[in-house]
Amino acid sequence: MGIEKTVEKTAVEILRRAVIYLPRDVKEALNSAYKDETSQAGRTQLKAILDNIKLGESGKTPICQDTGIILFFVTVGRDFGDFSFVPEALRAAVRTATVDVPLRPNAVHPLTRKNSGDNTGMNMPYINWDIGEGDYIEVTAMPKGAGSENMSSFAMLTPAEGESALKRFVIDQVIKAGAQPCPPTIIGVGVGGSADIALKLAKKALLRSIGMRHPEPQTANLEKAILDAINMTGIGPMGLGGRFTSLGVNIEYAHCHTASLPVGLNMQCWAARRATGRIHRDGTVEMVG
Amino acid sequence: MATFKFRTPVSETDVRKPSIGDTVYVSGTMITARDQAHRRALEHAKTGKPIPVDFEGGVIFHCGPIAVKEKEQWRIVAAGPTTSTRMEAYEAEFIEKMKPRIIVGKAGMGARTAEAARKFGAMYCDFTGGAAVLASQKIRAVKGVEWYDLGMPEALWILEVEEFGPMTVTIDSHGKNLHDIVQGSAQEKRAEILKVLGVA
Repeated sequence: MGIEKTVEKTAVEILRRAVIYLPRDVKEALNSAYKDETSQAGRTQLKAILDNIKLGESGKTPICQDTGIILFFVTVGRDFGDFSFVPEALRAAVRTATVDVPLRPNAVHPLTRKNSGDNTGMNMPYINWDIGEGDYIEVTAMPKGAGSENMSSFAMLTPAEGESALKRFVIDQVIKAGAQPCPPTIIGVGVGGSADIALKLAKKALLRSIGMRHPEPQTANLEKAILDAINMTGIGPMGLGGRFTSLGVNIEYAHCHTASLPVGLNMQCWAARRATGRIHRDGTVEMVG
Repeated sequence: MATFKFRTPVSETDVRKPSIGDTVYVSGTMITARDQAHRRALEHAKTGKPIPVDFEGGVIFHCGPIAVKEKEQWRIVAAGPTTSTRMEAYEAEFIEKMKPRIIVGKAGMGARTAEAARKFGAMYCDFTGGAAVLASQKIRAVKGVEWYDLGMPEALWILEVEEFGPMTVTIDSHGKNLHDIVQGSAQEKRAEILKVLGVA
């Protein structure tokens, strides 16, 4: 089998794993939330969520009917060689996965609302590119549901207000979103760069495991403080009241213009689906997450 | 908190029994409808064009399922609720004209829907968002699909369900809205939360 076909087949497998099996860190966080939740309504919701995860795994069925729009994060190793075929291979994989997994056909023209029927279309699936080491490409699939994605927001804050403005913005957005993003959520925050960079970093922050803090202590402490504050709102699982509104807050930042403070926010539902595989130049494949 | 089990068609007397926070299970027929289907149904009602299903006394499910066709028969693979807020623009008029008794979705609905539920005798229930496999286990059969031209998620799926639930009543027929109460209480805590965060 040529490398093109290997990438395509592996991507189908990555998509299948992503929509059926939640990452271990997400399952652990949901389990411990169920243990520690004190509200009866919250516990009922978390129990349904945990039962649903088990049923999905045992029946090899997508855990949520909203299998999202398909976003890929591809890191190309410097020794991988020609990778110009990758976009077409990933597109083909999405088409195959839509029928074989199956995925719900979600991709529509943004204005006519016509459904393409196979989850592909203009700029979709969307591929984020990165450069890495080694003789492999690493492909992460993030099927992103609309319930949480629709709660995304962006603000150009006042630099002089700094951290305070950021905290207020995040808390206000979480309260405003309420039950809509399917809490307990994971909150991705992108700070700095420019408008587009802040939102991109917010999404990228969601790829980080729950509980893995930002390497810099100042940012790590901010993540912890905002998470604790969010969980004081009492919105709780599915917005029916409880301690667990969010499971984690992940922040990524970029240096920005001295005159601006862009902040992007991207929410992820409890069904925080992502899966990663590596394809080496010689055709060997590893599933790494 | 009480538990209620209903079978379609649901009467106004029955739908007025539960209050917010109560648990509900339904058996019988459930019809999926999202924004596009709501919009088309109301347009058809206005222009006198036929509507392929009867919603009266029925259960509307805000859901776009994953369905597969096996030997000419549809099977629902996954069918959890979608965010109901998107239907807020249509639901009050829908309740008035189509007379469904139970609306099922997630994340709650607004004041107009709550008022229509109070006035015409209906309620809104939350099913756990994302719990699509759990939901599909309660679906016994697909009785039909209409308006498939809207796409798989937006079509009207006519489902036969058995003890679909547990659902939580979040808008009852007495004007109460549980999501509003939770969100209102979060809003009340906002100042204290910001203080803890050191925000002036």
